[in-house]
Amino acid sequence: MIRLERRPEASQVMSYASPLIAIVLMLIGGLLLFAFLGKNPLEGFKVFFINPISDWYGVSELFLKATPLMLIAVGLAVGFRANVWNIGAEGQLIVGGIAASAVALYFHEAEGAHVLILMVIAGGIGGMLWAAIPAFLKTRFNTNEILVSLMLVYVAQLLVSWLVHGPMMDPDGFNFPQSRMFEDSALLPLLSDENRLNLAFVFALGALLAGYIFMFRSFAGFQMQVAGYAKDAARYAGFSAKRMIWIGLLSGGAMAGFAGMSEVAGPMGQLTEHVSSNYGFAAIIVAFVARLNPVGIFFASLLMALLYLGGEQAQQYMNLPSSISNVFQGMLLMFLLGSDVLINYRVCWKEARA
Amino acid sequence: MDASILSSILFATIVAGTPLIIVALGQLIAEKSGVLNLGAEGMMAMGAIAGFAITLHTGSPWLGVLAGMAAGALMAFLFAIVVLTLMGNQVASGLALSILGVGLSAFIGKPYESEILPTVGAIRIPLLADIPIIGAPLFNQQALVYLSWVLFGAIVWFLYRSRPGLVLRAVGESPSSAHSIGYPVIRIRYLATIFGGAMAGVGGAFLSVFYTPLWVEGMVSGRGWIAIALVVFATWRPFRVMVGAYLFGGVMVAQLFVQGSDLGFNIPSQFLSALPYLATIIVLVIISRDQNTVRLNAPVSLGQPYRPEA
Repeated sequence: MIRLERRPEASQVMSYASPLIAIVLMLIGGLLLFAFLGKNPLEGFKVFFINPISDWYGVSELFLKATPLMLIAVGLAVGFRANVWNIGAEGQLIVGGIAASAVALYFHEAEGAHVLILMVIAGGIGGMLWAAIPAFLKTRFNTNEILVSLMLVYVAQLLVSWLVHGPMMDPDGFNFPQSRMFEDSALLPLLSDENRLNLAFVFALGALLAGYIFMFRSFAGFQMQVAGYAKDAARYAGFSAKRMIWIGLLSGGAMAGFAGMSEVAGPMGQLTEHVSSNYGFAAIIVAFVARLNPVGIFFASLLMALLYLGGEQAQQYMNLPSSISNVFQGMLLMFLLGSDVLINYRVCWKEARA
Repeated sequence: MDASILSSILFATIVAGTPLIIVALGQLIAEKSGVLNLGAEGMMAMGAIAGFAITLHTGSPWLGVLAGMAAGALMAFLFAIVVLTLMGNQVASGLALSILGVGLSAFIGKPYESEILPTVGAIRIPLLADIPIIGAPLFNQQALVYLSWVLFGAIVWFLYRSRPGLVLRAVGESPSSAHSIGYPVIRIRYLATIFGGAMAGVGGAFLSVFYTPLWVEGMVSGRGWIAIALVVFATWRPFRVMVGAYLFGGVMVAQLFVQGSDLGFNIPSQFLSALPYLATIIVLVIISRDQNTVRLNAPVSLGQPYRPEA
């Protein structure tokens, strides 16, 4: 009979091995899913995981898709470390995208770098404002930040829908629910002529570095880590719980807002209802798979981006709905949370007691 | 406002509140045992697509509801394995279940997006349905509306009048004491969690089989989360869940009525659609302002893993 036995102390090895186990389980689950759908599993695997990155353009698209995920996940990880559960990054991204778009449309036909700089600031502030609502309600009224931040996702989706159907709609756009296309001065510069990768990717790498320094080299980061492990110890040491809630939510909001900016000023080039492709939720998975570690976030974002691209390929070449990406993402997180048991427990085979 | 409008608003309010009641009462049972499952949105979505697909293929809405129930229960079972046997973090696992359920339902549901089910007729209770104004809303309703009342009665009886209900509450309050006097804590939590999932599945199936009746990706649109908020708002008491659910049903219906009417309002529809979500935030703020009410009523072990060290 299989039994779980508590390890004397948490296994370091397993805390790194468990995401890998989860990835393997997800791949097996994926092969079974393809087989179940009557598709050749090996071909499905190739279409999903190999084809998207079989040339350099594909790799650049992978980095492009991973950019918002890295940005959001590193912001969220700061809060998650202190058990501040901001799960409304999706809404914060949308509001950041809206704010940045407002700047771009206001400076329509203006030249100069100030447009982009103001867009970055507006995006970050927009996301922070949206995240400040749950932070304020949590610190002032002790309202559950999970439910509030999540409800605000729906509100943000309705807000952007209203804007692109109304005040921000392209006047020459034949009533399509989208803003006008941004001018070049409101678009992030491309890193090369060969592909769509833009400056936001460099910012994302910078954000990972900054996140690393904050988490592992700053006192505030240390305080948040302590609060995450032992709430009472943190309180006893006099660390301000309210301050951590604010830092946790605002960092996630700022990064999500910036990610929204990088989408409208990057691959989209305008504001539409579909600013986000669930990046706010996918980034939560990224943060967990990465063990809330910026180095891990880099790789987990690439994996998650591959799941997005694979879904697009599967839609195109295998006639499967692109929501198969979400199935893979959900499986990955479930498997991860399950295999995390191996960090604190070991599996042993014991005779059943007679 | 004339009586017929009032009557139809009441009617629609009760219909809109019904899935919330079913889902929230299921969650209530799971939470009373100490398990916080944030996956209601995903379980509802799976219930909705399973219910829709089976109803479409078999022509029987009742088989559809059963399928929805099974789908929700299966999702909850998955969740229970992760958090009860493998002791995963309940908050994160619930989120994962929501993401998985919403994604999987969209994936399975793609071929069903253009299908429409025939409307299921109401069940009319003779004489009572003829009472002016409240007759039709209360006594000429979908079968599941009546069932939601039966469920409410059954849960009140179970929790406060039956021995197993007492054990369930004991497990939620203090799993270690319950364990030490010989109750199988983990098994009870499994059952409570699966019941919660089954009810979430029924709530989802109600949406796709009786309410709309069609399948659209993302059609649950936050109702699972609102149901979770309702349980907090109700401070874990079944009667308040009922009241809260109809309150929310009223908000959802009010915005539809304003949108559909020409009362001279010129409010963008998106603002009205945002009302249920804003209302959720407002009631959460109201209820959590006084921390003692929440703390005194929440099951003590809610969300905390427990493993009997035998």
